[in-house]
Amino acid sequence: MPVEDPGLYDYLPYYDRPKIEWPNGARLAFWCAPNIEHYELDPPPNPSRTPWPRPVPDVLHYASRDYGNRAGIWRMMAAMDRYGVRGSISLNVAVCDHFPDVARACSERGWEFFSHGVYNTRYTYNMSEEQERAFIEDVKASIFKWSGQQLSGWLAPALTLTERTMDLLAEAGVTYTLDLFHDDQPLPVNVRKGRLISVPYSLEINDFTTLFQGNCTPRDYTDTIKAQFDRLYMEGAEGGRVMCLPLHPFLVGQPHRMKQFEEALDYITSHDGVWLATGREIATHYLTHCYDAFVAAIAAHKKA
Amino acid sequence: MPLPSTYFEYPFRRPGMDHARYAYSNLFERKPVRWPRGAPVALWIVPTLEFFPLDMAPKGVKPPGGLDRPYPDFWNYTLRDYGNRVGAARIFRALEARGLKASVAMSSRLAERYPHLLQEANRLDFEIVGHGIDMQHVHTSGIAAETERDWVRQSFHTLRRLSGQEVKGWYSPAYSESHDTLDLVAAEGCEYVCDWVNDDMPYRLETKAGPIHAMPHAYEISDLQLFHFYKYKPAQFVEQVMDHFELLYREAATSGGRIVALSLRPWISGVPHRIAAVEQVLEAMLRRGGVWSASGREILAAWKAQQ
Repeated sequence: MPVEDPGLYDYLPYYDRPKIEWPNGARLAFWCAPNIEHYELDPPPNPSRTPWPRPVPDVLHYASRDYGNRAGIWRMMAAMDRYGVRGSISLNVAVCDHFPDVARACSERGWEFFSHGVYNTRYTYNMSEEQERAFIEDVKASIFKWSGQQLSGWLAPALTLTERTMDLLAEAGVTYTLDLFHDDQPLPVNVRKGRLISVPYSLEINDFTTLFQGNCTPRDYTDTIKAQFDRLYMEGAEGGRVMCLPLHPFLVGQPHRMKQFEEALDYITSHDGVWLATGREIATHYLTHCYDAFVAAIAAHKKA
Repeated sequence: MPLPSTYFEYPFRRPGMDHARYAYSNLFERKPVRWPRGAPVALWIVPTLEFFPLDMAPKGVKPPGGLDRPYPDFWNYTLRDYGNRVGAARIFRALEARGLKASVAMSSRLAERYPHLLQEANRLDFEIVGHGIDMQHVHTSGIAAETERDWVRQSFHTLRRLSGQEVKGWYSPAYSESHDTLDLVAAEGCEYVCDWVNDDMPYRLETKAGPIHAMPHAYEISDLQLFHFYKYKPAQFVEQVMDHFELLYREAATSGGRIVALSLRPWISGVPHRIAAVEQVLEAMLRRGGVWSASGREILAAWKAQQ
């Protein structure tokens, strides 16, 4: 049943919160989230969404995405290596089966693997509870198989969810979700059982929304990232903030965008007081040191 | 209603692609190629001359630039026609003045309508590439195979007859293919297609008529993407194309010869306020030195000889 408010989180005034203290007194936790995806040429239908704008085979759009795994990722990865920025990959786990070299290159670098579903053309819409639970288990098993890591984070495939997704993630041992865009700090998520937090991802500085949907030139893209960084870094003096830079190798890995991407990484990594983290490290730190204080602050705000 | 169980079956979840047209390949793990005279960059210019009929049917895949106002849409019809009358002449002159080669993709109906364009292309020693019949004949699934075969034949046969060239390249209108397009164009003697924008170098495609190749058509720096869809200003177009060029030029030092493809439509790039941007990038590339200007067929032949 459609509802007015999903009830996933409670209101908490942005300023005067419990102070988040990141390791080594950092003001800002910066993390980079490459979306490592595969879009199937001929996926099965889902009643809620048509996968391609054109009839299958949509050669133009399929190929433009396929560029990421053939060419773009290797450039993006080399640039991140140069600046010592680890990735936390938002992974369509089938990529590991199709392109094991891609999975190995991420794993060798000690990058975090988190879930972005199986393919970017298999949507969560219309899954029954049982189906969604099995789907999460498939992803969990694949991530363990290819990285030896326990699944901690989840960005729903193509950002498609059900009303139950958050409950099922918590039940499966996932600790953080990236599908909620309501804040610039991690916050508790209300789930049936267990603990789940939201960690800031970003649709504002995502290369998909800026470069691809926003007709943003690469120079504007760099300026946008710098402005986002400057403000969060400034606010970080009053309590730790999180900045996520979501990436798509098929977009940012294009030859005409690399220079601007590197300039953004150079700018961010040349500041002191920036914790170059992974999603899981941010979530773990918050759950260990901040979660209880935030739950108490939310409860106190409700009473007041 | 839950999803059918088939929604959770993944028949192609194994090493390689989810189809049999080409193999996966990491761009940076391939054998480096060397272009003539050791040029770091092969410059492949693809002026695309398209006929948009006034009565084109508003159904199926709408090609970029397709007429979408109520009939008779003189606004769009004449703007596209402007490209073939005026814009193409400007682009050809810009290339001729710099002694550059090109591969001209052309609707076969346009070759019939404006023979002067083919004569000019031949005079300038440009390669002719098949680009369908016209922009209302968009190849997609749902079209009967015999019908599509006729379209492919008509395009190749007309262009070959009128140009006297072999015509070995193919660029589907609107980058749109059916499941059969590659098989059909290969059966007509096509050697390469320009529709697959997933690579910066050529690679092999499998068809029922034997292997052909995909050429890297660089959609992301095409005038279609930058001017028409992204609405970039000419100066931004120059920045983007030159950033693309510079990165590939540098990459060539470690990865072998690269290809810079410049995909130009006269109705976009051939207008007075944009042509200077095109001339500017051509000048800047030539000034850099080490640029091999060649047709698609020549680039592919050089690449194939080293595989």
